[in-house]
Amino acid sequence: MPRPVQYNSKVKFEGIPEGYMGEGFMATNLEKVISLARKNSIWPLPFATSCCGIEFMATMASHYDIARFGSERVGFSPRQCDLLMVMGTIAKKMGPVLKQVYTQMAEPRWVIAVGACASSGGIFDSYSVLQGIDQVIPVDVYVPGCAPRPEAILDGLMRIQDLVNKEGLRRRHSEQYKELLNSYGIN
Amino acid sequence: MALTNETVKQALVEKFGEALTGWDEPYGMLTFAAPKEMNLKVLQFLFDDESLKFRFLTDLQAVHFPNNPGAELAVVYHLHNLQDNIRLRFKVFTSVNNPEVFSATALYQSANWMERETYDFFGVQFVGHPNLIRILNVDEMDYFPLRKEYPVEEQSRVDKDDEMFGRVHAKNVKNNE
Repeated sequence: MPRPVQYNSKVKFEGIPEGYMGEGFMATNLEKVISLARKNSIWPLPFATSCCGIEFMATMASHYDIARFGSERVGFSPRQCDLLMVMGTIAKKMGPVLKQVYTQMAEPRWVIAVGACASSGGIFDSYSVLQGIDQVIPVDVYVPGCAPRPEAILDGLMRIQDLVNKEGLRRRHSEQYKELLNSYGIN
Repeated sequence: MALTNETVKQALVEKFGEALTGWDEPYGMLTFAAPKEMNLKVLQFLFDDESLKFRFLTDLQAVHFPNNPGAELAVVYHLHNLQDNIRLRFKVFTSVNNPEVFSATALYQSANWMERETYDFFGVQFVGHPNLIRILNVDEMDYFPLRKEYPVEEQSRVDKDDEMFGRVHAKNVKNNE
């Protein structure tokens, strides 16, 4: 007996950026096109040290499916990735390692701190634990929770997408940005 | 003859006499203490003696007793005789101002990392250790975190609200002491 086939009719398309269109051509702002491409092809680098990493695995898998946001290509080399996803407790001894991974990433790069530990040290208010990864690298989005549900991680990713979309092409060259990196001793 | 706590104690008292103190058997485990200058002699005897044969160092760590002047730090050795399956616990006490204890690395290979760990957390200086540097904590750490005078909470973060992080209670307990 054949099973009834269900088609997903709720497909969302990215809007076309503003511009001047005619037969076979379109003229628009380069920044808008690049932002659109970047935003929908973020390659995440998972840096998972504990339980939040398990939630991320669920986020990657078919049920929640991070691929829906153009991030199906999880890379395990910092040199290829755009988004560093730090999930889990970072001990002080891990701090320099995390910083090195961050510096190996090419610009533009974004960082998302998933969970209470990565954001603030969480319950580990202890001499051995880094009290938030923003002590060693700049963070773009914090996802609260212990551990956050996959929906929360996806929400964090969507916030990153917003940031990527709105970021001007010259931001990474600005004095302000260089100052920020210098304050972390990265240049 | 099976080795029992009594026979071990008898052999030790025969050899060292009054020097060994603090005999106890909590949960059936023979426990005693010796002056810190004697720690290697006692360990060597326990290792070499043909009837005792305590040749496995299970664990080694320190305990800080701040209210025990002159003997603030206890270094505790857990020894195991694998053939007769009998364990014992051996302690030496040292002053926190001069925390020098002879290293057991020549006798037990396993003492190497465990003495480094004990140094890392309690600052016990093991005389004769081949490489006495921090093993678990960051190299930049400038104190010994498990000594009682240091709070367990991380002090470097200033933007945390103490009340929200449950630190107010800990402070009150400390002040009332």
